[in-house]
Amino acid sequence: MEAKIATEINSAPLEWRQRKSKKPLSEKIIEGLIKGGGFSSIVFILAILFFILKEAYPFLVGAFDFKEFFFSTEWNPASVVKIKYGTFAILVGTLMVTVLSMLIAVPLGLACAFYISEFCSPRLRETYKILIEFLAAIPSVVWGFVAIMMINPLIINLFDVPIGLNILNASIILALMSLPLIVSVGEDALRAVPESYREAAEAMGATKWEVATRVLLPAAKNGLMAAALLGVGRALGETMAVLMATGHAIQIPDSIFEPGRTLTATIAAELGESPKGGEHYQALFAIGLMLFIISFIVNVSADYLIRGRRK
Amino acid sequence: MKHAGLLLHTMFLFAACSQNSSTFIIQNKGSDTLVNLAQAWAEEYKNVNQDVALAVSGGGSGTGIAALINGTVDIANSSRAIKQEEREQAKKNTGKDVNEFIVGMDALAVFVHPKNPLEGMTLEEAACIYGEGGTCTHWHHVRNTVVPGCKDNRIIRVSRQSNSGTYQYFREAILGKKRDLKLGSMDLSGSRESIDLVEHTPCAIGYSGMGYLNPRIKALCIQKEGNSPCIAPTVDTAIDKSYPISRELYMYTSGSPSDAVKAYLDWTQSDVGHAITIKAGYVPARKR
Repeated sequence: MEAKIATEINSAPLEWRQRKSKKPLSEKIIEGLIKGGGFSSIVFILAILFFILKEAYPFLVGAFDFKEFFFSTEWNPASVVKIKYGTFAILVGTLMVTVLSMLIAVPLGLACAFYISEFCSPRLRETYKILIEFLAAIPSVVWGFVAIMMINPLIINLFDVPIGLNILNASIILALMSLPLIVSVGEDALRAVPESYREAAEAMGATKWEVATRVLLPAAKNGLMAAALLGVGRALGETMAVLMATGHAIQIPDSIFEPGRTLTATIAAELGESPKGGEHYQALFAIGLMLFIISFIVNVSADYLIRGRRK
Repeated sequence: MKHAGLLLHTMFLFAACSQNSSTFIIQNKGSDTLVNLAQAWAEEYKNVNQDVALAVSGGGSGTGIAALINGTVDIANSSRAIKQEEREQAKKNTGKDVNEFIVGMDALAVFVHPKNPLEGMTLEEAACIYGEGGTCTHWHHVRNTVVPGCKDNRIIRVSRQSNSGTYQYFREAILGKKRDLKLGSMDLSGSRESIDLVEHTPCAIGYSGMGYLNPRIKALCIQKEGNSPCIAPTVDTAIDKSYPISRELYMYTSGSPSDAVKAYLDWTQSDVGHAITIKAGYVPARKR
């Protein structure tokens, strides 16, 4: 291998050979910058992890009670009777909202990706892509007000329930927010399937529907799953909109029509007004650590799937 | 000592800038409820008297009063009246009597959806709805109310995040100091959101400072006890204290205030000061 490269270098024009042997300064600088850019993301992640750990540490070794933290449904940091830091209800709320929003967003997003990539005309495709990307540009606090002012009364009237700020409402909002991501990553995965697959299937007499379901779906499976998992990450990390749409109530919702609460929203609502360095502040960072671990798992599995596709 | 150093430093700085006026800094600290108003006043006061600057900080009423006792502030903000023993401590420490100024009022309105036929409730009924262990979960538990458009007649409690001053004052006003609010309420992070939600939810009940009220929701009148009159939250009823969930907001000085502090405190009670009070969502201390 090395010998081959050496011959190639030797057979190259003199000017090239000189360039290879002595890198100009500008190239070194650029190389360094790119390398630094690559490393910086690792540094940032480690720094964030370190910061969260540092802030949560006194709580984890102090007031932290494993059983209470994970299995109590009572999160009551301002109690005058007994202060409790139980995250169970909040964790259940987070999972319910994430799962339900994905049940809505993944089929819708992937169907949309299939339509844009395979079925619609090129001109329509561009219009759709712009419109869907526009969904991503709406600020989350605006989604929150949509949840309170529009979807809340709609759910009350449609389903005849006492309150419209609930798990369902938050899931609808989150589904709409993660749609753009799922659609564009899903569409990329479908585009990445070689044209020859489609041509071969069509030559065998397959209809467009058969090409999509029997050829493209299996071929792009990993990429589509990665799209779905990125959507999960998006849904899990969203703060402001779910704070407003879930109703932010500490209880285990016994149906999708009951209000609940999520981990991110708890941090967003309480961190600003809790005294820095206090027990409540540290407990919120412990929640942050929990979220960090959950999203780490989601992202690693998404990454694993993407790499599986490229193999 | 540190403050004195800072003061000297600031004076030198101003002298160096060939501004011959020396700036007097008023240290103002305490209540988190009052801090927004105190800052709004301080901001405007810059334009009134450029020789005086205010350093406003929060930390809670207790912090402010402790600083007053130690003699490190000129004005302590408090959303509760100073206790007798705190007065005595201050007298012992600084040798001066504490002076009290009522600078504003804060009234909490309890409100429901306009479709709700309920017009008023007692503090006990509010505690039955919001308090830990309270049994009022449906509207028919409260004066046999039937709310049209409200599924199962269930009460949807709208509350605030637990470290909000409004939350803590509301809890104390209806439950006293030894009882929690029931978990499972919708803990919104602003008065604005509480109002918006109640406006669109027939089953809901909420509370907020009366500055946020609008005609699209119905504020309830509040009875202190079953046989007392039902009082609506207005500027007048907050001032004469007949509305049960209202409180004074105080500023305290050690001894009689210096001229600069006195001028400032008087200014906060002028028409301009009161306009700022109303804009910040509080009730002025005296009728305009």
